[in-house]
Amino acid sequence: MSEMNATVDPAEVARFDALGAQWWDEKGKMAPLHAMNPARLAFLRDALVRHFSRDARALRPLKGLSILDIGCGGGLLSEPLARMGGQVRGIDPAPGNVDIARTHAAASGLAVDYEAVTAEELASRGDRFDVVVALEVVEHVADVSLFVRTAGQLVADGGVLVLSTLNRTAKSFALAIVGAEYVLRWLPPGTHRWEKFITPEELEATLAAAGFTAREKVGLAYEPFSGDFHLIEDLSVNYFMVAERVG
Amino acid sequence: MTGLNMSEPQAGHTGTGFSAATAVPRADVARADVAIVGGGLAGLSLALALRQGLGPDADIVLFDPYLSHATVDDGRCSAIAAGARRMLTTLGVWQHVGAKAQPIQTMVVTDSRTKDVARPTFLTFDGDVEPGEAFAHMVPNADLQYALIDAARSAGIDLRAQSVDDFTADRSGVSLSAAGAPQLSAQLLVACDGAKSRIRGMAGIANVAWGYGQSGITFAVEHERPHEGRAEEHFLPPGPFAILPLPGNRSSIVWTERTEDADRIVALPSIIFQEELEQRFGHRLGWVKPVTKPRAYPLGFAMARSFIGERLALVGDAAHLIHPIAGQGLNMGLRDVAALAEAVTDAARVGLDFAGPAVLERYQRWRRFDTLAMGVATDGLNRLFSNRSDALRAVRDLGLGLVDRMPRLKGLFIRDAAGLTGQVPKLLRGEAL
Repeated sequence: MSEMNATVDPAEVARFDALGAQWWDEKGKMAPLHAMNPARLAFLRDALVRHFSRDARALRPLKGLSILDIGCGGGLLSEPLARMGGQVRGIDPAPGNVDIARTHAAASGLAVDYEAVTAEELASRGDRFDVVVALEVVEHVADVSLFVRTAGQLVADGGVLVLSTLNRTAKSFALAIVGAEYVLRWLPPGTHRWEKFITPEELEATLAAAGFTAREKVGLAYEPFSGDFHLIEDLSVNYFMVAERVG
Repeated sequence: MTGLNMSEPQAGHTGTGFSAATAVPRADVARADVAIVGGGLAGLSLALALRQGLGPDADIVLFDPYLSHATVDDGRCSAIAAGARRMLTTLGVWQHVGAKAQPIQTMVVTDSRTKDVARPTFLTFDGDVEPGEAFAHMVPNADLQYALIDAARSAGIDLRAQSVDDFTADRSGVSLSAAGAPQLSAQLLVACDGAKSRIRGMAGIANVAWGYGQSGITFAVEHERPHEGRAEEHFLPPGPFAILPLPGNRSSIVWTERTEDADRIVALPSIIFQEELEQRFGHRLGWVKPVTKPRAYPLGFAMARSFIGERLALVGDAAHLIHPIAGQGLNMGLRDVAALAEAVTDAARVGLDFAGPAVLERYQRWRRFDTLAMGVATDGLNRLFSNRSDALRAVRDLGLGLVDRMPRLKGLFIRDAAGLTGQVPKLLRGEAL
């Protein structure tokens, strides 16, 4: 397994597997992901609608697009993408996550294809997708360059790669580690390791090495009074990149 | 791509047949996205708002056994506040009733004993929320109902003249049974079935209600001179007496009395009724005569313990019933419509479960405070004005007199009565979803 798992950090996988059943508890440990979901889904939808010339106001704007959700966890992103009409494959190296995601999708009456498999394994099968999404994943992988290269291989011609992650700044340390994990107790302490965070410049260089260029860059900010997240230009904490293959 | 999972239908290869949102079809169960129970003004407006928000692909079903009957024109009219009018315009309905509507240009409030000849004016509102936009219009209910049904038909709302006899709801959906029809499963059930909501009862949601011991006598009158768009509310000891302008030389009357008096008054011989009417109506508009039959409706305040349940939302009178003193009952219902449609649309457009707990809680948070505040305000107004104490009259005259001298406070009253204060849903601002 170790060859196939080159990008997966076993300690990280075990940490998330232990979170298990709490994925879908909107008021539980995953509350911040649920709170973040409307803003990041709106951004993702808008980016895909722009890229594929769809109608953002349609009930199923992503109809027919094949979408790969890398690091799908309990399916918090996969299910909405499927509701928006996407043909979604969700993969996660933690089998517990995939079980939960599969059970939840069935209860929701949604057809999402989940598999406990790594991105490398999928790439080696030759699978390709119109959209490859890896949100809040790169800060948890063992080898960022290899991961980005693999994710890029999974993108079909004319497709798009969307990544989101945490920047390595003093502000992100204060907000994501001290704030979210220790002060607000949103996330179990140890969920993130700041030294694994990656700056937008580093991520762009990594994308370039994989033959991709970032078309859109946007930040995500938390509004403490309303408890909502919204998009900003500032990339200093949490940011998204939408990348296309060069040439 | 490799083959799809075994838990899903074999439709992936057809290209257009694959629809994740419609999930695994169960035989003999029809599916819809939203089921609305109740085809009154709130239910029909909600159907149209959701059509706008969810788009042409959404299946929206509306149940009401009365849909098979012709609309009865009982001559009743409603005051449509500016916010609600903006929503009806955005939904393409106002265009068909606007010509029959009477804008309220001015509102005059007086406080006096019934037999006082001169009624001192304590409060006047020149009622524009924006230049040229009256804060309310009087609209015949029947015309509004016709226009809404027509619009719902054109918008492809599945109108069914059936009553819903039972329903069950769980995390994955709601299942309804209607007389003589196959089971229907839906994502969201909305009860717009009025103050005696059967759906609310079936859901086991308690309703807190009390009566005022008052009834409202309503009818239309014709009068000699034009009203010039002026509404009057006279706070008489037994309760408010409102004169609301209708098109032509006509006005709508809402006459509040203690219930036993109201029942007696509507049964009076017409010549005596006429005398009682003239005493209250005054002579400013010349002669006056009723043109529809006066009817008495008991007044009450009621509020559901919760506006939501599992995959269920209560809207309009099913959620709350308030004193008609400020003419806000229907408008509160239309504000519910605007808030629920926006919460549902926002979630649906990003692929979230639009009938999940987070969405319904957003709707409830949005509406419950406003409803309670309005309920308390109208209840308080009624208690303050419906009495015979001269001391209290002095207090309230002072209060209204102060308000009258403070233009900014009056402006706030106007905008609040128009439904344009607080966090205003898009539709009430006149924006499309």
